[in-house]
Amino acid sequence: MSTLRASACPACAAAPAAEDLARAELPKARVLLSVPEVHCAACISTIERDLARMPGINSSRLNLTLKRLSVDAEAGIRPEDVIARLDALGYEAHELDAGTLSMTETERQGRELLMRLGVAGFAMMNIMLLSVAVWSGAEGPTRDLFHLISAVIAIPTVAFAGQPFFRNAWKALRAGRMDMDAPISFAILLTLGLSIFETLQSGAHAYFDSVVMLIFFLLAGRYLDFRARAVARSAAQELAALEVPRAIRLVDGVESIVGVAELVVGDLVLVRPGGRMPVDGVVVSGQSELDRALLTGETLPVFAGEGTIVSAGEVNLTGPLTVRVTAAGKDSSLHRMADLVANAESARTKYTTLAERAARAYAPSIPILALGAFFVWIYLTGGDIRVAINVAVTTLIITCPCALGLAVPAVVTAASGKLFRKGLLIKDGTALERLADVDTVVFDKTGTLTMGTPVPTNLDTAPDNARRVTLALAEASSHPLAASLAKALRDLGVRPAPVSDLAEVPGYGVEGQWHGTRVRLGRPAWVGAEAVETTAAYLSLDGITHAFTFTDQLRPGAEEVVRALHQQGKKVWLISGDVRGAVQALAQRLDIEHWQAEALPQEKAAKVAALQETGAKVLMVGDGLNDTVALSAAHVSISPASALDAARAASDMVMLGRDIGPIADALSMSVQAKRRIRENFWQSGIYNAIFVPIALVGVATPLIAAAIMSVSSISVTLNALRLK
Amino acid sequence: MEVLTILIPVSLILGLLGLGAFIWTLRKGMYDDPDGDSQRILTDQYDDKPKPVAPENKQT
Repeated sequence: MSTLRASACPACAAAPAAEDLARAELPKARVLLSVPEVHCAACISTIERDLARMPGINSSRLNLTLKRLSVDAEAGIRPEDVIARLDALGYEAHELDAGTLSMTETERQGRELLMRLGVAGFAMMNIMLLSVAVWSGAEGPTRDLFHLISAVIAIPTVAFAGQPFFRNAWKALRAGRMDMDAPISFAILLTLGLSIFETLQSGAHAYFDSVVMLIFFLLAGRYLDFRARAVARSAAQELAALEVPRAIRLVDGVESIVGVAELVVGDLVLVRPGGRMPVDGVVVSGQSELDRALLTGETLPVFAGEGTIVSAGEVNLTGPLTVRVTAAGKDSSLHRMADLVANAESARTKYTTLAERAARAYAPSIPILALGAFFVWIYLTGGDIRVAINVAVTTLIITCPCALGLAVPAVVTAASGKLFRKGLLIKDGTALERLADVDTVVFDKTGTLTMGTPVPTNLDTAPDNARRVTLALAEASSHPLAASLAKALRDLGVRPAPVSDLAEVPGYGVEGQWHGTRVRLGRPAWVGAEAVETTAAYLSLDGITHAFTFTDQLRPGAEEVVRALHQQGKKVWLISGDVRGAVQALAQRLDIEHWQAEALPQEKAAKVAALQETGAKVLMVGDGLNDTVALSAAHVSISPASALDAARAASDMVMLGRDIGPIADALSMSVQAKRRIRENFWQSGIYNAIFVPIALVGVATPLIAAAIMSVSSISVTLNALRLK
Repeated sequence: MEVLTILIPVSLILGLLGLGAFIWTLRKGMYDDPDGDSQRILTDQYDDKPKPVAPENKQT
């Protein structure tokens, strides 16, 4: 057992003492996975039951709200094992970084907010019980007693539950800013102070119920807001932690694993098949093929041999390559791309949300109005400060932006919850509002509208023996075209021919012996075939050559999404780095009228910028490194979860599932959400227009204040829930 | 009005009990997965006893 364990835990092998120590403490592995496609009770029990049968797993629990699976396992269980198991069940899963996610700062904040909300809620109910008695006519000492008990409940509640507002207000005031929290805190404290004073004076105007209710509704808005952000943030964090920036450095033929940042120009780096180029460089030895799809959008792998110039981010496919570093760190092409992204982002003007605009117009008017009422009433009553303060406080309570605080978060939470269930994650809080403005949608091709995986198209035209030989050869290689051929042939029921002496020639293809003749599957020149125009693999057999052509598989929902966008009256563009033929074919198939092929990253961004200059609001959908600049230049952007880190980081929304269909839903949902937000503002505006005059003339009572506050908050929330 | 001397403390104690129960459920992580809980009720897997709390929610 010890040898097996040692390989599963390389660090333990290096430190035997640590291994003993770890064994004594029964090492446990915690695996956190994001499983975007779960949605029902059956998903939960399928996954949890299956994992319970998997050896080495102690327990697992699926959180359906966050679509996150946490697994408690024995040491030696790697996330890949669990991902493979889930894949067999038909669920796509991504690994999360357990260290950053377990009870993070954000989750603690969430619980704290919920705790304050709960305390405010219970205090509100109890005070309301007492207040009902006062409103129904309790007089004299009974009323004073009820007010006193209310005060005893309200004071600690305000001190505990009101802290978030006081803290924010203090921060803003010290920085010399005015935000929504300052008038809120002012109103809370002033009302509480006045109510205590009135109680001690045996007065009738105590507003303990309103103060606590105000805090309750505002906290509810804060909590909704927080939840919408927290779900997005945790999922975005996790996706960012996927790639490991390491490289294998060769020093005098000895391999050592170093961080990419430590590499300098002139170093030799070994890149194994399946590995990603960590740096820009020149190949000094080895032959292979490179997949440049994420960098350039080319679907066809490119040959790489001695002297080939490679850029960071390309994937090595078939043979090991030794690369001499020509640019690392800040000078590498990856970094230059990152600089372009930063430039594009700073050029994008900061978007002012509806809520910010409302707050800016509304926040200063609250204290001004209250202060005005105070002075006018001092003048009217000839110096009766108590009446003047009373009117001022009623005005404050009624104008306080309870419904306004709920107007946006309630809608955004309802909308982003619905979209999350469809597999769309909103990373940026303002993205939903920006999405509502979109009139032009720009798609990338490879990996976005297509899956980026080739599918053979003409297998049935080849004779049977050719198919059987092809299968035997294809199974000897891990090249994507070979793997796709092998899978398709197996699915057709083809059995492999007895081909002997199978050997993969990196960068060229696979060859072997069949009935005493040499057979080859690979590049056209090597096989001796004439190249055709589309992506293809070539077979030579008895002097005859066959070309197996491939097409890129469409992403599920691609046809529907383009149709739906056309129906919504949006302009659709297809801009790709791939060759003309492939782009044109896809554009015709999906009925996209505007397309551009062989676009460099800068050209993509320039096209998006040019479209925006003509007044269009562009939604960019892309996944590659070549899309990142365009993604950050666009008005709003979406990338699939399979995209590179850089692309996901640059985009406002991430599509978690394989289906691209939700994009059309997101667009119509965002338009609806924006309309609801506006309606909510109008609603709370109308309430204010009716009741502020009542407060100003001094006829408002604590009952009226409490009633308006709850009615307006609840109607705003209900309006948000109407979202479909 | 003597009845108030009993009723008011009773209502306050009931309120505090409710608040205590809320704090207990919050600490136990019962609001961490509302969607999942509403679906789990449909399976008979844990009808006899509740499923153990996920490791990430264990209180430290």
